[in-house]
Amino acid sequence: MRDPADVAFRGIARGGGIIVLSIMSLVGVFLGFRALQALQVSGFSFLTEQAWEPDSGRFGIAAVIVGTILIAVVAIAIAVPLATGTALYITEYSPRKLRGFFIALVDIMAAIPSVVYGLWGFFFLQNNIVPVSKWISQTFGWIPIFAVDGADPNDPLSSITVYTSSTFIAGIVVAFMITPIITSIMREVFGQAPLGEREGALALGSTRWGMIRSVVLPFGRGGMIGGTMLGLGRALGETIAVYMIISPVFVIQPHILQNGASSVSALIALRYGEATEFGMSALMAAGLALFVMTLIVNFAASTIVARSRSGASS
Amino acid sequence: MTTLTDRPSPAASFPPPAAGSRLHPGFGTGQGFGSGSGSVPDANETTHTPPPAAPQTEVRRQTSGLRMIDLLSGGGAAVASVSLTALLFTQLAPIQGPIAFAVTAYLLFVGIYALLVSFDENGPAVRDRIVLVAVHSLAATVLATLVFIVVFTFVRGAEALPHLNFFTEDMSLAGPLDPLTDGGVVHAIYGTLIQITIALIITIPLGITTALYLGEVPSKFSRFVRTIVEAMTALPSIVSGLFIFATFILILGVEKSGFAASLAISVMMLPIMIRSADVVFRLVPGTLKEASIGLGAGQWKTVWHVVLPTSRSGLTTAIILATARGIGETSPVLLTSGFTAAINVDPFHGPMVSLPLAIFQFVKSPEPTMIARGFGTAAVLMLLVLLLFVIARIIGGQTLEVVEKRRARLIRMGAALQPLATRGYAFVEPTVARAKARIDQWFADREVRLAAEALPDREVAAALAVPSASDRLESELSPDTHSDTSNRDTSNTEDKR
Repeated sequence: MRDPADVAFRGIARGGGIIVLSIMSLVGVFLGFRALQALQVSGFSFLTEQAWEPDSGRFGIAAVIVGTILIAVVAIAIAVPLATGTALYITEYSPRKLRGFFIALVDIMAAIPSVVYGLWGFFFLQNNIVPVSKWISQTFGWIPIFAVDGADPNDPLSSITVYTSSTFIAGIVVAFMITPIITSIMREVFGQAPLGEREGALALGSTRWGMIRSVVLPFGRGGMIGGTMLGLGRALGETIAVYMIISPVFVIQPHILQNGASSVSALIALRYGEATEFGMSALMAAGLALFVMTLIVNFAASTIVARSRSGASS
Repeated sequence: MTTLTDRPSPAASFPPPAAGSRLHPGFGTGQGFGSGSGSVPDANETTHTPPPAAPQTEVRRQTSGLRMIDLLSGGGAAVASVSLTALLFTQLAPIQGPIAFAVTAYLLFVGIYALLVSFDENGPAVRDRIVLVAVHSLAATVLATLVFIVVFTFVRGAEALPHLNFFTEDMSLAGPLDPLTDGGVVHAIYGTLIQITIALIITIPLGITTALYLGEVPSKFSRFVRTIVEAMTALPSIVSGLFIFATFILILGVEKSGFAASLAISVMMLPIMIRSADVVFRLVPGTLKEASIGLGAGQWKTVWHVVLPTSRSGLTTAIILATARGIGETSPVLLTSGFTAAINVDPFHGPMVSLPLAIFQFVKSPEPTMIARGFGTAAVLMLLVLLLFVIARIIGGQTLEVVEKRRARLIRMGAALQPLATRGYAFVEPTVARAKARIDQWFADREVRLAAEALPDREVAAALAVPSASDRLESELSPDTHSDTSNRDTSNTEDKR
């Protein structure tokens, strides 16, 4: 015999769950349904076609997906060392009195709107990073991804615009955007490394780095990978900061230092206004592809975190 | 002798023998001890006594991690690296630019520092130092860059912020070429507040109910809901905007409006809020819930009286952080809210602009004033987010423990102040009593005066005219006043007690 209040509570709670489930399923089902219209027309070439002209039937996500992944990879390659260093500094090296301040600072940074990072990237970083891009491309240009077409290293008067609006710059901005997120997850995990094992390592004569390498990093590995993948998920879905910086191109652009980049979310933000009904469903298909990608990354992250020693609570 | 030399001896710091013997009788035997002239070992001494010239005092253990040599090697490496880089750049290699200079100097610093440390430390210690330098520089890079991003926005926005009209006017009458003294972003502030309010009205009840469902009513179905919600946290924000754009605006024919933008924000915020609320509810100790149920409370009573109050601060923090996230999102709003330069407080009709979207539109313009407005708007948005964050920190810090501690501190403070207060009261008491007496006296006199006025006019006139009559009147009334004062005295003494 249940109290009627309990019955009502369970009913209302279940109702809330059902509403949320239906909203969420509606998003997924609607995306899938609309995307199907476009996918039926394009077929398999949706994955291989680079151009985006839905109304003439030639459209595919090869270029934008590759662009998205490149931006995310640049961002992760920059953000992970920075975040690891910062997290280690906060948990292991920083003065105890300042620790709370640093933690709050990093958490605030994770809440700063992405449009602000975009402003910084467009008005400050773009102008100051071009010499670095130029130097990298001239020194390591023999590595294909660092090559820049149309730049003559022997011409001192050559225009620097080939180095602007590139995957590299967008990647740096996204990197600083996701660094606080990754840092705060890593910090939490590093802080949970068992004190007994830390003291054991130190008592056996280990240096601080030896202790970190043999206790903290192995303990936090799951959290590090999970945090990185969460950051990757954010980097893949980031729209506005990327949209402000890149100049979109619809060919696969493997040269990360060169002007011209692309991403799925920037494509949607660019083309939604002028899209016909069919163009809309093509954009839906692109959005679905992006969603599936971030979904896979997020589930992989949560699985890795849950399996790791430190995982259960984070 | 041996005992003396074994022990950390203060002898070295004493002026020899006279002072020493005066202080300690044993010192007399150790002749010439502190003078460093060399001691003559006794014939029957078997153990070897180290020459007293060697430092007899035990060196105090360094407990702080920092030693002189660390400072010297660090500073030396810094100086050496900067000088070497300067030499490289000015004399040897054709490289230029501040960034290249910094990178070269940093790499040289690490190398030279490692070399210096390797002179008197072993391999692991050298690696430890290299990592120390690397971790510090990585953290400094991140923290400095993040602070710089914020400062940069405020500095660039400082051009627009001092004009009060920036906060009170909209952009409907100000064109791109108008100076900063015209126009403002109040329309975007209104828009943001209205949109986030609607989004919160939708997401808070739905989010908390669902989180309670996930935590308190476990079943196969709730696990399924949890999986879907976790999947939806991966939904890119632009896709949620696209969804609302495609359904509400294209299919249902609703115009681009603040309400559509709120829905897009809600779709984005809902999974975040459910997930963090779920985590907060899971932190409620099981023993509390069991105690409540053991006392005979039903599930609803347990939720209402135990789960929700216990997790109140965590829940508030979760809501505020989700709000901060929702306020800053540009991409869902970009697709759904439309753009306007005028104030629109009707969320259901007409386009409504919010702060992030306003920033985005401002900086698209090539005009410097518009860009300055964009940065000013970004500063306003960031202040809003920082404010929310600070509120979240304050509420989040209010755990039961902290509140109890604060109360205990207040009580202790009160107890400490008690004697002070008593003494202070004792100090002012005579003055207070005197003042009180004077006030009572004044009231008594007033009663007398009133009584006098209450007398028939004729009698008063007579009393005034005839001095003797007035005397009589006074003598008539004086016993009353007397009794009054005596009453007052007793009441005063009672007060004192």
